[in-house]
Amino acid sequence: MISLTINNKPYQLDIDPNTPLLWVLRDHLDLVGTKFGCGLAQCGACTVHLNGEAIRSCVTKVSRAEGQKVVTIEGLSDTGEHPVQKAWLELDVAQCGYCQTGQIMSAAVLLNQNKNPTDKDIDAAMSGNICRCGTYLRIREAIHLAAEIQQKNG
Amino acid sequence: MTQAKSSINRRSFLKSSALAGGGLMLSFTWLSSFKEAGKLTDPELADKWIELTSYIKITPDNQIKILNPNPEFGQNVMTSLPMIIAEELDADWQTIIVEMGPHDNMKLGPQFTGGSNSVRMYWKPLREAGAAARQMLLSAAAQTWNVPMEELSTKDGIIHHVKSGKSGNYGQFATKAATIPVPKDAKLKEIKNFNVVRNSKKNVEGQKIVTGKPLFGMDYKQEGMLIAMIEHPPAFGMKLKSFDASETLKMPGITDVFKQELYPEDFEQGGFDTRTFNDLLVVVGKSTWEVMNARKKLKVTWEPRGDAKDVFGGRGGKREVIVPGALESTDAQRKKMQELASQPAQELRKDGDPEAAFKNAAQIIERTYNAPFLAHNCMEPMNFFAHVTEDKAVLAGPLQAPGWTEPMLSKLLGLPPEKIEIQMTRMGGGFGRRAYGHYLGEAALISKKTKAPIKLIYSREDDMTYGIYRPMYTATYRAALDANKNLIGFHVKGGGIPEHPVHANRFPAGAIDNYLAEGWSIPSNITIGAFRAPRSNFNAAAEQSFLDELAEAMGKDPIDFRLELLKRAKENPVGKNNDYNPDRYASVLQLVKEKSGWNGAENKKYSRGVAAYFCHNSYAAHVIDFIIKDGKPVVEQVFSAVDCGIVVNLDAATNMVQGAVVDGIGNALYGALTHKEGAAEQNNFHRYKIIRMNEAPQKIEVHFVQNDLDPTGLGEPPFPPVFGALANALYKATGKRYYDQPYGPQLNPRRAF
Ligand code: FES
Ligand code: FES
Repeated sequence: MISLTINNKPYQLDIDPNTPLLWVLRDHLDLVGTKFGCGLAQCGACTVHLNGEAIRSCVTKVSRAEGQKVVTIEGLSDTGEHPVQKAWLELDVAQCGYCQTGQIMSAAVLLNQNKNPTDKDIDAAMSGNICRCGTYLRIREAIHLAAEIQQKNG
Repeated sequence: MTQAKSSINRRSFLKSSALAGGGLMLSFTWLSSFKEAGKLTDPELADKWIELTSYIKITPDNQIKILNPNPEFGQNVMTSLPMIIAEELDADWQTIIVEMGPHDNMKLGPQFTGGSNSVRMYWKPLREAGAAARQMLLSAAAQTWNVPMEELSTKDGIIHHVKSGKSGNYGQFATKAATIPVPKDAKLKEIKNFNVVRNSKKNVEGQKIVTGKPLFGMDYKQEGMLIAMIEHPPAFGMKLKSFDASETLKMPGITDVFKQELYPEDFEQGGFDTRTFNDLLVVVGKSTWEVMNARKKLKVTWEPRGDAKDVFGGRGGKREVIVPGALESTDAQRKKMQELASQPAQELRKDGDPEAAFKNAAQIIERTYNAPFLAHNCMEPMNFFAHVTEDKAVLAGPLQAPGWTEPMLSKLLGLPPEKIEIQMTRMGGGFGRRAYGHYLGEAALISKKTKAPIKLIYSREDDMTYGIYRPMYTATYRAALDANKNLIGFHVKGGGIPEHPVHANRFPAGAIDNYLAEGWSIPSNITIGAFRAPRSNFNAAAEQSFLDELAEAMGKDPIDFRLELLKRAKENPVGKNNDYNPDRYASVLQLVKEKSGWNGAENKKYSRGVAAYFCHNSYAAHVIDFIIKDGKPVVEQVFSAVDCGIVVNLDAATNMVQGAVVDGIGNALYGALTHKEGAAEQNNFHRYKIIRMNEAPQKIEVHFVQNDLDPTGLGEPPFPPVFGALANALYKATGKRYYDQPYGPQLNPRRAF
């Protein structure tokens, strides 16, 4: 039995502790907002927060999350109220949309740690997230906008 | 157009399709725990929908639903196609509910995403459908109020009768309207009165995307569903010899391991039934990770397959093709291409006397361009859900053209098409890859064999190494100049594995008196298919680099040089069948010249490159600006000009052009799939470099030519000329011409590949 806290909800799971967190979320908990893109920590589609840090859930064993605080896109805000989600909607960033939950989760951590990131900061923080559709310019712009929204919200 | 159905018919239709395991049935079971995500699947509401033309449903309490007919893979059709209907329906866009339509070519048209055709092919039918429904509602109101229809007007989904002061919403008249035959000649809006189309409307699924709601095939789930993965041969030209699954079967969660043949011998393939391997080793289990893990325990022996025969059916009759069995390597392929390039080839077009022109030339410029195979690398790997039982098949997942895949499924499963239900999910990218539905055949056969609902999933490695790639291309361009540096002859000879790239009737054909186009190809067992702007994505790199070099040799400005050629093609075209419009072609060059400040002193700091191209009925031009940062050339900004006729959804169209530019830069700099002894040398993103945030330009400014022409393609046309503009800008930045893609490794030789 593994005890997990995901999006502030407790879960008890009878599962191989080596299972990547990604597949626990997707297959066992029906939290499918976290995406599978590469399985190799190369694309960022599977990004979630582990104690406030952005991690690649495809290479993170579920045992590492035991007793820790995990937040997925569903927990960031299920209704899209987080400043990053709002900015994403305002600028209509997505094309296919498959990478975007991972992008949003990475961006949320960046903005938590750096209230007013420069383009350079953004490039550095976001280079682990591939967008095959090429929405990078809008992502950059949306992060600046999210920073503004965040500041206004205080 | 189909007859309108009354609400009663609609109800019985719903019931019957639910019983047959139809599309709606699927929506009800689609991740039942997420029901709140889609209010559309509320059966009570579904019962009240009244159908007015096959794309539009309205409830008596005035909920308006528009069915999007075409699969969405990021090109925004889920929003822009319904916008076209809403425009003519004159409904309030804010209140409209958009739903992905079921696969039903009879009711919803051709339903394929490819060839940049979505908006182009649906423009007229959707306008007509919207206008017809509006007219039916107006007739119903006229009858109800007993006033002449001509005295009625609509605005934002409300019908007004000014004289009497009466007004009512569409819902009030929906029931009556549904009894009125669908008019064939409903009046369309005047373009100048558009108020939905030509605006910017937000992605109707944006909210679901940013909150991570289930949308994609990968997210699809059903009670009792098993996960299946396929172990493919390690190399093209290999096949399964034998396997020992005893260790795999001991692994937790594994339910089955078996060999599955995809197409039986002599199976007549359609044009989009391309498949990489026919003998599949299938592992089935309860969860994705368990299956992934257990796959590693397989003990498999593979063997060379030798030459094989593929049979193709279709309009031209039955055709047999021998697929060579050799294990191919990129180096050897390149050598072979060089050999073939110097041998006689098939003549594709000839104008004037090119031989004489080259014989009499004062100067001949000859350059050869090469490009590798490219993998599509859709962000969402290939996957599909299938549940096949005795008498029906239900499938759900990402697919660009269900109507092209259904005949294959029908033959494979021995089921008539009406017993096959394909539910289209949002796709995590497509780029042409998902036009090839072999993975539905695989999923269906696995479900049939295991007698269970299954979801077939490709790992990233599967997706990348068993692809249906952009072919490997080469082309040699030659230009003959006279003593006064006039262009008197032009020759393109293109070849490829396994097809040549030449579009013989494209620019600059038609602009040069003496012109020759030739093509040749080398058969291969490496599977190829459509990749965002097929062939054009190579031609625009080669031809547009060559024209740049030619302009320089002739002492001309590269934009002016192209405009001169286009002027010739317009005023005194050479030959027949020139497939482009010189005016529209010139208009994007002029627009990009203006918007980029092409010769402006303030832009001297940039190393600028320009290119333009025509494909999929649209025109695009880019100016790319490099600067040198820390000793390295970096793309700083891009100016784009596009003529695709009327732009339906302005901001989404801009997004798509920006994406095409980024995609083009990425593929031009880094894209390459190479092989050794038949095995792909790149199997995941650590070896196959995709452009990332830090390599994307700071700015991409997109401009559309303003005209009232019916819309043409947009997903593909802006992509090809990026390659040429990039090569030309790189020349300005480094003083060196680039002939071989990808260009990146030549800029920084220490880079991984
Ligand atoms: S799926 Fe985890 S980084 Fe790609
Ligand atoms: S939006 Fe398609 S991969 Fe990013």
